[in-house]
Amino acid sequence: MTDLVATTPGLYPLPDAAKQRLSDLKGHQKGDLVSGDEGPEIAAAYEEARGELIADQRTAGLDRIVEGQARWDDMLAHPLTVHENVETGGIVRYYDNNNFYRDPQVRGDLTASGDVAAELDAATELLGDDESLQAVLPGPYSLADLATDEHYGDEAEFLDAVGDFLAGEVEAFPAHETLFLLEPSLVTNPPADDGTDDLASEVVDRVAGATDGDVVVQGYWGAFEEKTYAHLMDADVDAFGFDLVAGDREQDLYNVNEYGAKDEVSLGLVDGQNTLVESPETVRERVDWFQDQVPATDFERVYLTTNTETFYLPVSKHKEKLVALAEAAVAESEVTQ
Amino acid sequence: MSRNPENREQFRPENHPSDHFLLTTVVGSYPKPKWLNRAGELAEDEESKFDADDLHEAHDDACRLITEEHERAGLDTVVDGEMRREEMVEFFAHRIDGYEFHGPVKVWGHNYFDKPSVVDAVEYDEPWLVDEFEFTAAAAERPVKVPITGPYTLANWAFNEHYDTEEDLAYALADLVNEEVEKLVEAGARYVQIDEPALATTPDDHAIVGECLERIVAGIDEEVRIGLHVCYGDYSRIYPEINDYPIDEFDVELCNGDYEQIETFADGQFAPDLALGVVDAHTAEVEPVEDIKENILQGLKVVPPEKLTVSPDCGLKLLPRDIAYGKMENMVEAARQVEAELDAGDISVESVRAPADD
Repeated sequence: MTDLVATTPGLYPLPDAAKQRLSDLKGHQKGDLVSGDEGPEIAAAYEEARGELIADQRTAGLDRIVEGQARWDDMLAHPLTVHENVETGGIVRYYDNNNFYRDPQVRGDLTASGDVAAELDAATELLGDDESLQAVLPGPYSLADLATDEHYGDEAEFLDAVGDFLAGEVEAFPAHETLFLLEPSLVTNPPADDGTDDLASEVVDRVAGATDGDVVVQGYWGAFEEKTYAHLMDADVDAFGFDLVAGDREQDLYNVNEYGAKDEVSLGLVDGQNTLVESPETVRERVDWFQDQVPATDFERVYLTTNTETFYLPVSKHKEKLVALAEAAVAESEVTQ
Repeated sequence: MSRNPENREQFRPENHPSDHFLLTTVVGSYPKPKWLNRAGELAEDEESKFDADDLHEAHDDACRLITEEHERAGLDTVVDGEMRREEMVEFFAHRIDGYEFHGPVKVWGHNYFDKPSVVDAVEYDEPWLVDEFEFTAAAAERPVKVPITGPYTLANWAFNEHYDTEEDLAYALADLVNEEVEKLVEAGARYVQIDEPALATTPDDHAIVGECLERIVAGIDEEVRIGLHVCYGDYSRIYPEINDYPIDEFDVELCNGDYEQIETFADGQFAPDLALGVVDAHTAEVEPVEDIKENILQGLKVVPPEKLTVSPDCGLKLLPRDIAYGKMENMVEAARQVEAELDAGDISVESVRAPADD
């Protein structure tokens, strides 16, 4: 019987009170965003927000708890924008959204930072013995894609360095059940077949090798191109994540039926970018639909998630979507298969 | 196919000193007086005696004040500075049936907006802007321009829970904008600007914006000047397609990018009038008149003087008020000097369009 696990890719909206408090403390301009060495008042505000985001997941009944990434002002670019050898440039568009982040300009070696590990340490403190931590990071290809290299000078060398950097960050993480590597760029800006596609898979494998937890590589805003997917299958990870909301479902099914899949799969079933809240029944139907379409594949575990991060949503809708995911997972497990 | 750009002549002031006429205008928003922001906070405070009627009166006062400030700067067409509006999507979403609000969402850093959700068919209820137009027109000596957030932006910057596609939503909204423009025209409006900043973020949707504009201008008299304002985009992705838009004027910010993109439009085929941003809306220094004159000449690379309108890059509301005023005042002075120099033959359009070293 398939194990259904309700979780999310993280990067939550800040609680509304924290939005106000942090914008008062930090300000509204480029130079006011998180730098990695926040003072005690700001750190305390984030501590409180973290507690709230974790409590919301507990209330909803999710099977994995993420830290919530409240500090990630620059979304998936965060691990670089707080790095000591990275300068932040202008405000640039975040994929095809009306959202913006500071351009991380890498100007020196990507040495170990420990920034995300510290967040996860703090999250671990807040979890009960029976709760499972899920770490979240940008995948190496997406992080390199979001950044500007002013140091390594060669695209492949830079991607390689970002892979080493993220692997180093993961090694410093506290124990975690699952690691989600978010790789939208693998979908929206697929790696060229000049060896970059091979390297993109290799660096994912390297980051995955740094953890004992299960690793999920989540793509979104489309499906992986055939070649990208074929290369990714070489990486030793536990699941790929498919965007069944804004994606190309036909292409996902083609990839799986043609190239196979890992033993587990992650399905983006709930829209992280629309306030319309899916019912648990709808979510469950989407799980069943996907499994019906790939009859040759028997997944040991299906992760039920939103297709994207959820910071796009107002807080109330974000919370309702967490509940929909949790209830869908429970509803399904009551059915004997 | 652009509409009837000749309708600009109706905005030439009677005592205009030059034969040439560069229509001067603003995009719309303007810094609010601090007391108006305080009044807004007071009106929300339940403990305060300052109520909604008092706030309405404060808005009226601010509209008179800023309209007069625009006239004092010498603008040929004026706006009330959008004193009654807080945010360009929220303001309209509150007036259109079918929208709901669920709380603020992030744009970047700690900048948020109340992104609304469309949960039902959008419908026209009460007029959105007619009262405000009538008030401003009564207060103004000069013709009043009315900025309206465009249907594509109203659709794109909302969550769509109801329509099959965002395109369907945009067209439904365009029909409502058409209804509003009709009512504004009945009330006497002769200059309407459709603001579509979202087009810059998703330029591949230019055909949807084109269809929206067709719906907006349906049945609208050609004497009514229709402008389209877009800002901060890669214009090579929407030009020359905008030549087919049913508009009189295309208003664009280029000062901010130091006119790097002016060549995109300078193919000699530019169809509508060009309303060119000649002062930067995001630098807190007033540009000297001489610099602004140089910026105005950039516009002559694209259109002849009789098709050139000058305005700031974008709404000025984020600037300190004295800076915003200084920019408008210098902009008008620069336009009047360029007109006089064109009359005198000191500036020749040919020399601008085909530099000697070209």
